[in-house]
Amino acid sequence: MNAHEYAFVAVATIGSIAAVAVVTARNVVHAALYLVVTLAAVGITFLLLGAEFVGWVQILIYVGAIVILFLFGLMLTKAPIGRDALDYQNRAVGAVVSVVVALGLGSLILRAWPLASTPAAPSAPGGSDVLGSALFNTYVLPFEAVSFLLLAALIGAIVLARRDEGT
Amino acid sequence: MIGDSSVFDTLVGGYWIPLVMKAAAVLIVFLVVPLAVGYMEHKVLAHMQARLGPMEAGAFHGWAQLVADGVKFIQKEDVVPTAADPGVFSLAPAVVLIPYIVTLVAIPFGPRLYALDLDVGVFFVLAMSSVGVIGILMAGWASANKFSLIGALRAAAQLIAYELPLVLVAAAVVMQAGSMSLLQITEAQSRYWNIVYPWQLVGFVIFMMAAVAELTRPPFDMPIADSEIIFGAYTEYTGLKFAFFLLSEYGGIVVMSAVASVLYLGGYQPLPGLAIIPGFLWMFGKIFALSFVIIWLRATFPRLREDQLQRFAWVGLTPLALALILVTSVYKVGV
Repeated sequence: MNAHEYAFVAVATIGSIAAVAVVTARNVVHAALYLVVTLAAVGITFLLLGAEFVGWVQILIYVGAIVILFLFGLMLTKAPIGRDALDYQNRAVGAVVSVVVALGLGSLILRAWPLASTPAAPSAPGGSDVLGSALFNTYVLPFEAVSFLLLAALIGAIVLARRDEGT
Repeated sequence: MIGDSSVFDTLVGGYWIPLVMKAAAVLIVFLVVPLAVGYMEHKVLAHMQARLGPMEAGAFHGWAQLVADGVKFIQKEDVVPTAADPGVFSLAPAVVLIPYIVTLVAIPFGPRLYALDLDVGVFFVLAMSSVGVIGILMAGWASANKFSLIGALRAAAQLIAYELPLVLVAAAVVMQAGSMSLLQITEAQSRYWNIVYPWQLVGFVIFMMAAVAELTRPPFDMPIADSEIIFGAYTEYTGLKFAFFLLSEYGGIVVMSAVASVLYLGGYQPLPGLAIIPGFLWMFGKIFALSFVIIWLRATFPRLREDQLQRFAWVGLTPLALALILVTSVYKVGV
Protein backbone atom coordinates (compact mmCIF):
# COMPACT_ATOMS: atom_id res chain seq x y z
CA MET A 1 0.00 0.00 0.00
CA ASN A 2 1.26 3.50 -0.79
CA ALA A 3 0.69 6.72 1.16
CA HIS A 4 -2.40 7.46 -0.92
CA GLU A 5 -4.07 4.22 0.09
CA TYR A 6 -3.14 4.62 3.75
CA ALA A 7 -4.73 8.05 3.66
CA PHE A 8 -7.85 6.63 2.03
CA VAL A 9 -8.13 3.86 4.64
CA ALA A 10 -7.76 6.40 7.47
CA VAL A 11 -10.34 8.79 6.01
CA ALA A 12 -12.77 6.00 5.15
CA THR A 13 -12.48 4.55 8.65
CA ILE A 14 -13.18 7.90 10.31
CA GLY A 15 -16.06 8.54 7.92
CA SER A 16 -17.60 5.11 8.53
CA ILE A 17 -17.33 5.36 12.30
CA ALA A 18 -18.97 8.77 12.16
CA ALA A 19 -21.68 7.38 9.86
CA VAL A 20 -22.48 4.64 12.36
CA ALA A 21 -22.51 7.27 15.11
CA VAL A 22 -25.06 9.31 13.12
CA VAL A 23 -27.66 6.56 13.47
CA THR A 24 -26.71 5.37 16.96
CA ALA A 25 -26.45 8.82 18.59
CA ARG A 26 -29.18 9.41 21.17
CA ASN A 27 -29.19 13.13 20.66
CA VAL A 28 -30.41 14.43 17.33
CA VAL A 29 -28.01 17.41 17.27
CA HIS A 30 -25.06 15.10 17.95
CA ALA A 31 -26.24 12.97 15.02
CA ALA A 32 -26.17 16.04 12.76
CA LEU A 33 -22.65 16.90 13.96
CA TYR A 34 -21.44 13.36 13.25
CA LEU A 35 -22.96 13.80 9.79
CA VAL A 36 -20.58 16.76 9.31
CA VAL A 37 -17.63 14.40 9.87
CA THR A 38 -19.05 11.82 7.45
CA LEU A 39 -19.68 14.36 4.70
CA ALA A 40 -16.25 15.93 5.20
CA ALA A 41 -14.72 12.44 4.88
CA VAL A 42 -16.58 11.98 1.59
CA GLY A 43 -15.20 15.33 0.42
CA ILE A 44 -11.65 14.36 1.39
CA THR A 45 -12.09 11.05 -0.46
CA PHE A 46 -12.90 13.02 -3.61
CA LEU A 47 -9.75 15.08 -3.02
CA LEU A 48 -7.67 11.91 -2.62
CA LEU A 49 -9.04 10.66 -5.93
CA GLY A 50 -7.78 13.86 -7.59
CA ALA A 51 -11.24 15.37 -8.03
CA GLU A 52 -10.35 18.69 -6.41
CA PHE A 53 -13.36 20.65 -7.60
CA VAL A 54 -15.93 18.00 -6.64
CA GLY A 55 -14.25 17.61 -3.26
CA TRP A 56 -14.43 21.29 -2.34
CA VAL A 57 -17.96 21.62 -3.74
CA GLN A 58 -18.94 18.72 -1.51
CA ILE A 59 -17.58 20.60 1.50
CA LEU A 60 -19.04 23.98 0.48
CA ILE A 61 -22.52 22.63 -0.27
CA TYR A 62 -22.94 19.80 2.21
CA VAL A 63 -20.88 20.85 5.22
CA GLY A 64 -21.27 24.59 4.67
CA ALA A 65 -24.94 24.72 3.71
CA ILE A 66 -26.98 21.49 3.95
CA VAL A 67 -25.88 20.50 7.46
CA ILE A 68 -26.31 24.08 8.62
CA LEU A 69 -29.88 23.98 7.30
CA PHE A 70 -30.36 20.66 9.15
CA LEU A 71 -29.09 22.13 12.41
CA PHE A 72 -31.11 25.28 11.80
CA GLY A 73 -34.28 23.27 11.24
CA LEU A 74 -33.63 21.07 14.27
CA MET A 75 -32.91 23.99 16.57
CA LEU A 76 -35.92 25.97 15.36
CA THR A 77 -38.28 23.07 15.95
CA LYS A 78 -37.63 20.19 18.32
CA ALA A 79 -34.02 19.97 19.38
CA PRO A 80 -33.75 20.08 23.17
CA ILE A 81 -30.95 22.42 24.18
CA GLY A 82 -28.16 21.21 26.42
CA ARG A 83 -27.85 17.59 27.46
CA ASP A 84 -31.45 16.35 27.11
CA ALA A 85 -31.86 13.52 24.64
CA LEU A 86 -34.35 13.35 21.82
CA ASP A 87 -34.50 9.85 20.46
CA TYR A 88 -36.72 8.15 17.91
CA GLN A 89 -37.30 4.54 18.99
CA ASN A 90 -38.22 3.03 15.64
CA ARG A 91 -34.92 1.21 15.01
CA ALA A 92 -36.17 -2.01 13.32
CA VAL A 93 -37.69 -0.27 10.29
CA GLY A 94 -34.60 1.89 9.96
CA ALA A 95 -32.34 -1.19 10.02
CA VAL A 96 -34.39 -2.93 7.28
CA VAL A 97 -34.37 0.15 5.04
CA SER A 98 -30.63 0.73 5.48
CA VAL A 99 -29.75 -2.93 4.74
CA VAL A 100 -31.89 -2.88 1.57
CA VAL A 101 -30.32 0.40 0.39
CA ALA A 102 -26.78 -0.84 1.17
CA LEU A 103 -27.36 -4.11 -0.74
CA GLY A 104 -28.89 -2.29 -3.69
CA LEU A 105 -26.14 0.31 -3.99
CA GLY A 106 -23.41 -2.25 -3.33
CA SER A 107 -24.58 -4.60 -6.06
CA LEU A 108 -25.02 -1.69 -8.46
CA ILE A 109 -21.45 -0.48 -7.88
CA LEU A 110 -20.02 -4.00 -8.12
CA ARG A 111 -21.85 -4.60 -11.42
CA ALA A 112 -20.58 -1.31 -12.85
CA TRP A 113 -16.97 -1.73 -11.66
CA PRO A 114 -16.12 -5.40 -10.94
CA LEU A 115 -13.42 -5.81 -8.29
CA ALA A 116 -10.71 -7.04 -10.68
CA SER A 117 -11.10 -4.10 -13.06
CA THR A 118 -10.84 -1.36 -10.45
CA PRO A 119 -7.78 0.77 -11.23
CA ALA A 120 -5.47 1.24 -8.27
CA ALA A 121 -4.83 4.91 -8.97
CA PRO A 122 -7.04 7.63 -10.48
CA SER A 123 -6.66 7.55 -14.25
CA ALA A 124 -6.85 11.29 -14.87
CA PRO A 125 -6.93 14.32 -12.59
CA GLY A 126 -10.42 15.75 -12.33
CA GLY A 127 -9.67 19.46 -12.29
CA SER A 128 -12.37 22.02 -12.91
CA ASP A 129 -11.56 22.28 -16.64
CA VAL A 130 -11.89 18.52 -17.19
CA LEU A 131 -15.12 18.42 -15.23
CA GLY A 132 -16.49 21.50 -16.99
CA SER A 133 -15.89 20.22 -20.50
CA ALA A 134 -17.27 16.80 -19.56
CA LEU A 135 -20.44 18.38 -18.14
CA PHE A 136 -21.06 20.75 -21.03
CA ASN A 137 -19.97 18.49 -23.92
CA THR A 138 -20.61 14.85 -23.13
CA TYR A 139 -23.25 15.11 -20.44
CA VAL A 140 -25.03 18.33 -21.34
CA LEU A 141 -28.48 16.72 -21.67
CA PRO A 142 -28.50 14.99 -18.25
CA PHE A 143 -27.03 18.18 -16.78
CA GLU A 144 -29.84 20.31 -18.19
CA ALA A 145 -32.43 17.73 -17.12
CA VAL A 146 -31.12 17.86 -13.55
CA SER A 147 -31.10 21.67 -13.55
CA PHE A 148 -34.71 21.66 -14.79
CA LEU A 149 -35.71 19.21 -12.06
CA LEU A 150 -34.01 21.31 -9.37
CA LEU A 151 -35.66 24.48 -10.64
CA ALA A 152 -39.05 22.76 -10.53
CA ALA A 153 -38.35 21.57 -6.98
CA LEU A 154 -37.30 25.09 -5.99
CA ILE A 155 -40.48 26.65 -7.36
CA GLY A 156 -42.54 23.88 -5.77
CA ALA A 157 -40.96 24.55 -2.38
CA ILE A 158 -41.72 28.26 -2.66
CA VAL A 159 -45.33 27.54 -3.63
CA LEU A 160 -45.74 25.19 -0.66
CA ALA A 161 -44.10 27.58 1.78
CA ARG A 162 -45.94 30.69 0.63
CA ARG A 163 -49.23 31.52 2.25
CA ASP A 164 -51.41 33.74 0.10
CA GLU A 165 -52.84 36.92 1.54
CA GLY A 166 -56.27 36.62 3.10
CA THR A 167 -56.44 32.86 3.53
CA MET B 1 6.12 33.66 -13.59
CA ILE B 2 3.12 31.37 -13.52
CA GLY B 3 4.13 27.76 -13.25
CA ASP B 4 7.11 28.54 -11.08
CA SER B 5 6.85 26.77 -7.82
CA SER B 6 6.56 28.46 -4.47
CA VAL B 7 9.64 30.12 -3.00
CA PHE B 8 9.48 27.61 -0.17
CA ASP B 9 10.01 24.75 -2.63
CA THR B 10 12.97 26.32 -4.42
CA LEU B 11 14.74 27.53 -1.29
CA VAL B 12 15.38 24.03 0.00
CA GLY B 13 14.81 20.69 -1.62
CA GLY B 14 12.86 17.73 -0.37
CA TYR B 15 9.23 17.38 0.63
CA TRP B 16 8.98 17.68 4.38
CA ILE B 17 11.17 20.71 5.05
CA PRO B 18 9.27 23.06 2.68
CA LEU B 19 5.99 21.68 4.05
CA VAL B 20 6.96 22.46 7.64
CA MET B 21 8.21 25.91 6.56
CA LYS B 22 4.92 26.66 4.80
CA ALA B 23 2.91 25.56 7.83
CA ALA B 24 5.09 27.70 10.11
CA ALA B 25 4.78 30.73 7.81
CA VAL B 26 0.98 30.42 7.62
CA LEU B 27 0.76 30.07 11.40
CA ILE B 28 3.00 33.08 12.01
CA VAL B 29 0.93 35.23 9.62
CA PHE B 30 -2.24 34.04 11.35
CA LEU B 31 -0.90 34.82 14.80
CA VAL B 32 0.56 38.24 13.94
CA VAL B 33 -1.72 39.92 11.39
CA PRO B 34 -5.06 39.44 13.24
CA LEU B 35 -3.48 40.86 16.40
CA ALA B 36 -2.33 43.88 14.41
CA VAL B 37 -5.88 44.28 13.06
CA GLY B 38 -7.23 43.95 16.59
CA TYR B 39 -4.92 46.70 17.80
CA MET B 40 -5.96 48.79 14.81
CA GLU B 41 -9.60 48.32 15.80
CA HIS B 42 -8.89 49.58 19.32
CA LYS B 43 -7.11 52.63 18.02
CA VAL B 44 -9.29 53.47 15.01
CA LEU B 45 -12.53 53.15 16.97
CA ALA B 46 -11.05 55.23 19.77
CA HIS B 47 -9.95 58.06 17.51
CA MET B 48 -13.22 58.03 15.59
CA GLN B 49 -14.96 58.47 18.94
CA ALA B 50 -12.52 61.23 19.95
CA ARG B 51 -10.67 59.30 22.67
CA LEU B 52 -7.26 57.68 22.90
CA GLY B 53 -7.82 53.95 23.27
CA PRO B 54 -5.32 51.73 25.09
CA MET B 55 -2.21 53.74 26.03
CA GLU B 56 -0.56 51.92 28.95
CA ALA B 57 0.44 48.36 27.96
CA GLY B 58 3.76 48.34 26.12
CA ALA B 59 5.95 51.34 25.53
CA PHE B 60 4.35 52.93 22.48
CA HIS B 61 0.64 53.82 22.49
CA GLY B 62 -0.40 50.60 24.21
CA TRP B 63 0.72 48.30 21.43
CA ALA B 64 0.90 45.33 23.80
CA GLN B 65 -2.74 45.67 24.88
CA LEU B 66 -3.90 42.55 22.99
CA VAL B 67 -0.98 40.50 24.32
CA ALA B 68 -1.93 41.60 27.81
CA ASP B 69 -5.56 40.71 27.05
CA GLY B 70 -4.40 37.27 25.93
CA VAL B 71 -2.51 36.71 29.19
CA LYS B 72 -5.59 37.85 31.11
CA PHE B 73 -7.82 35.43 29.17
CA ILE B 74 -5.47 32.52 29.93
CA GLN B 75 -5.65 33.28 33.66
CA LYS B 76 -9.45 33.40 33.77
CA GLU B 77 -11.50 30.49 35.06
CA ASP B 78 -12.81 28.21 32.33
CA VAL B 79 -16.55 27.97 33.15
CA VAL B 80 -18.78 25.36 31.52
CA PRO B 81 -22.46 25.85 32.47
CA THR B 82 -24.06 22.91 34.33
CA ALA B 83 -26.77 22.42 31.73
CA ALA B 84 -24.36 22.68 28.80
CA ASP B 85 -23.28 19.83 26.56
CA PRO B 86 -19.59 19.82 27.60
CA GLY B 87 -18.08 18.12 24.52
CA VAL B 88 -19.79 20.26 21.91
CA PHE B 89 -19.35 23.37 24.07
CA SER B 90 -15.56 22.90 24.20
CA LEU B 91 -15.17 21.89 20.57
CA ALA B 92 -17.06 24.89 19.15
CA PRO B 93 -14.29 27.58 19.47
CA ALA B 94 -11.87 25.33 17.55
CA VAL B 95 -14.43 24.68 14.80
CA VAL B 96 -14.84 28.44 14.38
CA LEU B 97 -11.12 29.24 14.44
CA ILE B 98 -9.42 26.49 12.42
CA PRO B 99 -11.17 27.10 9.03
CA TYR B 100 -9.78 30.65 8.95
CA ILE B 101 -6.22 29.40 9.56
CA VAL B 102 -6.63 26.80 6.81
CA THR B 103 -7.97 29.44 4.41
CA LEU B 104 -4.71 31.42 4.60
CA VAL B 105 -2.89 28.51 2.93
CA ALA B 106 -4.34 29.45 -0.46
CA ILE B 107 -3.72 33.23 -0.31
CA PRO B 108 -0.82 34.36 -2.55
CA PHE B 109 1.38 37.13 -1.13
CA GLY B 110 3.66 37.34 -4.17
CA PRO B 111 4.17 35.69 -7.56
CA ARG B 112 6.11 32.97 -5.79
CA LEU B 113 5.23 33.68 -2.18
CA TYR B 114 2.36 31.34 -1.39
CA ALA B 115 1.90 28.07 0.45
CA LEU B 116 -0.38 26.26 -1.99
CA ASP B 117 -1.62 27.18 -5.47
CA LEU B 118 -4.92 25.35 -5.61
CA ASP B 119 -6.59 24.87 -8.98
CA VAL B 120 -9.90 25.78 -7.31
CA GLY B 121 -8.55 28.37 -4.84
CA VAL B 122 -11.63 30.62 -4.78
CA PHE B 123 -13.89 27.68 -4.08
CA PHE B 124 -11.56 26.41 -1.37
CA VAL B 125 -11.56 29.77 0.40
CA LEU B 126 -15.33 30.17 0.24
CA ALA B 127 -15.93 26.55 1.29
CA MET B 128 -13.66 26.92 4.30
CA SER B 129 -15.11 30.25 5.40
CA SER B 130 -18.58 28.71 5.48
CA VAL B 131 -17.54 25.87 7.78
CA GLY B 132 -17.10 28.18 10.78
CA VAL B 133 -20.87 28.69 11.00
CA ILE B 134 -21.21 25.14 12.28
CA GLY B 135 -19.02 26.17 15.19
CA ILE B 136 -21.29 29.12 15.99
CA LEU B 137 -24.37 26.85 15.87
CA MET B 138 -22.57 24.35 18.10
CA ALA B 139 -21.64 27.07 20.58
CA GLY B 140 -25.14 28.50 20.70
CA TRP B 141 -26.88 25.17 21.08
CA ALA B 142 -24.46 23.60 23.55
CA SER B 143 -24.60 26.62 25.88
CA ALA B 144 -28.17 25.65 26.88
CA ASN B 145 -29.06 29.32 27.03
CA LYS B 146 -31.95 30.87 25.11
CA PHE B 147 -30.01 34.00 24.20
CA SER B 148 -27.15 31.88 22.89
CA LEU B 149 -29.52 29.76 20.80
CA ILE B 150 -31.25 32.82 19.32
CA GLY B 151 -27.86 34.31 18.51
CA ALA B 152 -26.68 31.11 16.83
CA LEU B 153 -29.87 30.84 14.76
CA ARG B 154 -29.55 34.46 13.67
CA ALA B 155 -25.92 33.83 12.72
CA ALA B 156 -26.84 30.75 10.68
CA ALA B 157 -29.72 32.47 8.87
CA GLN B 158 -27.51 35.44 8.09
CA LEU B 159 -24.63 33.35 6.82
CA ILE B 160 -26.85 31.29 4.54
CA ALA B 161 -28.39 34.47 3.15
CA TYR B 162 -25.09 36.25 2.48
CA GLU B 163 -23.14 33.21 1.31
CA LEU B 164 -25.10 33.34 -1.94
CA PRO B 165 -24.16 36.85 -3.16
CA LEU B 166 -20.59 36.22 -1.97
CA VAL B 167 -20.20 33.09 -4.09
CA LEU B 168 -22.02 34.63 -7.07
CA VAL B 169 -19.85 37.76 -7.31
CA ALA B 170 -16.73 35.62 -6.83
CA ALA B 171 -18.00 33.52 -9.75
CA ALA B 172 -18.18 36.70 -11.86
CA VAL B 173 -14.50 37.39 -11.10
CA VAL B 174 -13.64 33.78 -11.93
CA MET B 175 -15.39 34.17 -15.29
CA GLN B 176 -13.47 37.35 -16.04
CA ALA B 177 -10.09 35.85 -15.11
CA GLY B 178 -10.82 32.47 -16.68
CA SER B 179 -9.44 30.61 -13.67
CA MET B 180 -10.37 29.69 -10.12
CA SER B 181 -6.78 29.75 -8.88
CA LEU B 182 -6.13 32.79 -6.70
CA LEU B 183 -2.65 33.08 -8.22
CA GLN B 184 -3.99 33.09 -11.79
CA ILE B 185 -6.68 35.62 -10.87
CA THR B 186 -3.97 37.92 -9.51
CA GLU B 187 -1.82 37.47 -12.61
CA ALA B 188 -4.82 38.23 -14.84
CA GLN B 189 -4.95 41.68 -13.18
CA SER B 190 -1.34 42.63 -13.97
CA ARG B 191 -2.60 45.33 -16.40
CA TYR B 192 -5.89 46.47 -14.91
CA TRP B 193 -7.17 45.60 -11.47
CA ASN B 194 -10.65 44.13 -11.61
CA ILE B 195 -12.06 47.09 -9.75
CA VAL B 196 -11.59 49.43 -12.75
CA TYR B 197 -14.36 47.60 -14.62
CA PRO B 198 -17.63 49.26 -13.54
CA TRP B 199 -19.52 46.00 -13.03
CA GLN B 200 -16.68 44.52 -11.00
CA LEU B 201 -16.71 47.67 -8.87
CA VAL B 202 -20.33 46.83 -8.10
CA GLY B 203 -19.18 43.27 -7.41
CA PHE B 204 -16.50 44.56 -5.03
CA VAL B 205 -19.09 46.52 -3.04
CA ILE B 206 -21.40 43.48 -2.91
CA PHE B 207 -18.48 41.28 -1.86
CA MET B 208 -17.45 43.58 0.95
CA MET B 209 -21.03 43.91 2.24
CA ALA B 210 -21.55 40.15 2.14
CA ALA B 211 -18.15 39.60 3.78
CA VAL B 212 -18.98 41.98 6.64
CA ALA B 213 -22.27 40.11 7.05
CA GLU B 214 -20.46 36.76 7.04
CA LEU B 215 -18.19 38.04 9.78
CA THR B 216 -21.28 39.27 11.70
CA ARG B 217 -19.64 42.66 12.10
CA PRO B 218 -21.61 45.90 12.40
CA PRO B 219 -23.92 46.94 10.73
CA PHE B 220 -24.76 43.24 10.32
CA ASP B 221 -24.15 42.20 13.94
CA MET B 222 -27.67 41.01 14.82
CA PRO B 223 -26.31 37.61 15.99
CA ILE B 224 -24.40 39.28 18.84
CA ALA B 225 -26.66 42.29 19.36
CA ASP B 226 -25.66 43.14 22.92
CA SER B 227 -28.72 45.25 23.67
CA GLU B 228 -31.06 42.36 22.81
CA ILE B 229 -29.39 38.99 23.34
CA ILE B 230 -26.37 39.81 25.57
CA PHE B 231 -23.60 38.41 23.34
CA GLY B 232 -25.39 35.84 21.21
CA ALA B 233 -23.74 32.46 20.87
CA TYR B 234 -20.70 33.55 22.89
CA THR B 235 -22.64 34.60 26.01
CA GLU B 236 -21.59 31.63 28.16
CA TYR B 237 -17.95 31.56 27.10
CA THR B 238 -15.09 32.69 29.31
CA GLY B 239 -11.32 32.70 29.31
CA LEU B 240 -9.35 31.12 26.53
CA LYS B 241 -12.38 29.82 24.63
CA PHE B 242 -13.80 33.33 24.43
CA ALA B 243 -10.38 34.56 23.28
CA PHE B 244 -10.55 31.99 20.46
CA PHE B 245 -13.82 33.51 19.27
CA LEU B 246 -12.29 36.99 19.36
CA LEU B 247 -9.22 35.79 17.48
CA SER B 248 -11.39 34.16 14.83
CA GLU B 249 -13.28 37.41 14.36
CA TYR B 250 -10.04 39.28 13.63
CA GLY B 251 -8.72 36.33 11.62
CA GLY B 252 -11.94 36.44 9.61
CA ILE B 253 -11.44 40.15 8.88
CA VAL B 254 -7.92 39.40 7.64
CA VAL B 255 -9.00 36.46 5.47
CA MET B 256 -11.96 38.28 3.92
CA SER B 257 -9.82 41.38 3.25
CA ALA B 258 -7.15 39.19 1.67
CA VAL B 259 -9.66 37.45 -0.60
CA ALA B 260 -11.23 40.77 -1.60
CA SER B 261 -7.73 42.15 -2.37
CA VAL B 262 -6.96 39.17 -4.59
CA LEU B 263 -10.31 39.21 -6.37
CA TYR B 264 -10.67 42.96 -6.97
CA LEU B 265 -7.56 44.93 -6.01
CA GLY B 266 -4.97 42.90 -7.90
CA GLY B 267 -3.52 41.13 -4.86
CA TYR B 268 0.23 41.68 -4.85
CA GLN B 269 0.15 43.74 -8.10
CA PRO B 270 1.53 47.26 -7.56
CA LEU B 271 -0.03 50.50 -8.74
CA PRO B 272 1.55 51.70 -12.01
CA GLY B 273 4.93 53.33 -11.44
CA LEU B 274 5.27 51.96 -7.93
CA ALA B 275 6.61 48.53 -8.83
CA ILE B 276 9.70 49.24 -6.73
CA ILE B 277 7.73 48.41 -3.60
CA PRO B 278 7.73 44.59 -3.27
CA GLY B 279 4.52 42.65 -3.90
CA PHE B 280 4.00 41.26 -0.43
CA LEU B 281 3.99 44.80 1.00
CA TRP B 282 1.27 45.74 -1.49
CA MET B 283 -0.71 42.70 -0.41
CA PHE B 284 -0.37 43.50 3.28
CA GLY B 285 -1.14 47.14 2.57
CA LYS B 286 -4.35 46.20 0.79
CA ILE B 287 -5.33 43.79 3.56
CA PHE B 288 -4.89 46.50 6.19
CA ALA B 289 -6.68 49.11 4.06
CA LEU B 290 -9.73 46.86 3.68
CA SER B 291 -9.58 45.89 7.36
CA PHE B 292 -9.63 49.61 8.14
CA VAL B 293 -12.79 50.02 6.03
CA ILE B 294 -14.46 47.13 7.89
CA ILE B 295 -13.58 48.77 11.24
CA TRP B 296 -14.72 52.15 9.94
CA LEU B 297 -18.15 50.67 9.14
CA ARG B 298 -18.47 49.65 12.77
CA ALA B 299 -17.98 53.22 13.91
CA THR B 300 -20.34 54.63 11.29
CA PHE B 301 -23.50 52.59 10.83
CA PRO B 302 -26.22 51.55 13.26
CA ARG B 303 -27.31 47.93 13.40
CA LEU B 304 -29.82 46.63 10.86
CA ARG B 305 -33.02 44.98 12.07
CA GLU B 306 -33.17 41.20 11.52
CA ASP B 307 -35.90 41.31 8.84
CA GLN B 308 -34.21 44.24 7.05
CA LEU B 309 -31.03 42.21 7.03
CA GLN B 310 -32.65 39.16 5.41
CA ARG B 311 -34.58 41.29 2.91
CA PHE B 312 -31.40 43.14 1.94
CA ALA B 313 -29.65 39.87 1.08
CA TRP B 314 -32.45 38.10 -0.76
CA VAL B 315 -34.15 41.03 -2.52
CA GLY B 316 -31.13 43.30 -2.95
CA LEU B 317 -27.75 41.64 -3.18
CA THR B 318 -28.54 38.24 -4.69
CA PRO B 319 -30.45 39.49 -7.79
CA LEU B 320 -27.78 42.16 -8.30
CA ALA B 321 -25.06 39.50 -8.14
CA LEU B 322 -26.94 37.39 -10.70
CA ALA B 323 -27.19 40.40 -13.03
CA LEU B 324 -23.46 40.90 -12.55
CA ILE B 325 -22.74 37.38 -13.79
CA LEU B 326 -24.87 38.15 -16.86
CA VAL B 327 -22.96 41.38 -17.58
CA THR B 328 -19.60 39.64 -17.08
CA SER B 329 -20.51 36.85 -19.48
CA VAL B 330 -21.67 39.37 -22.10
CA TYR B 331 -18.33 41.14 -21.72
CA LYS B 332 -16.39 37.88 -21.93
CA VAL B 333 -18.20 36.72 -25.07
CA GLY B 334 -18.36 40.16 -26.68
CA VAL B 335 -14.81 41.45 -26.15
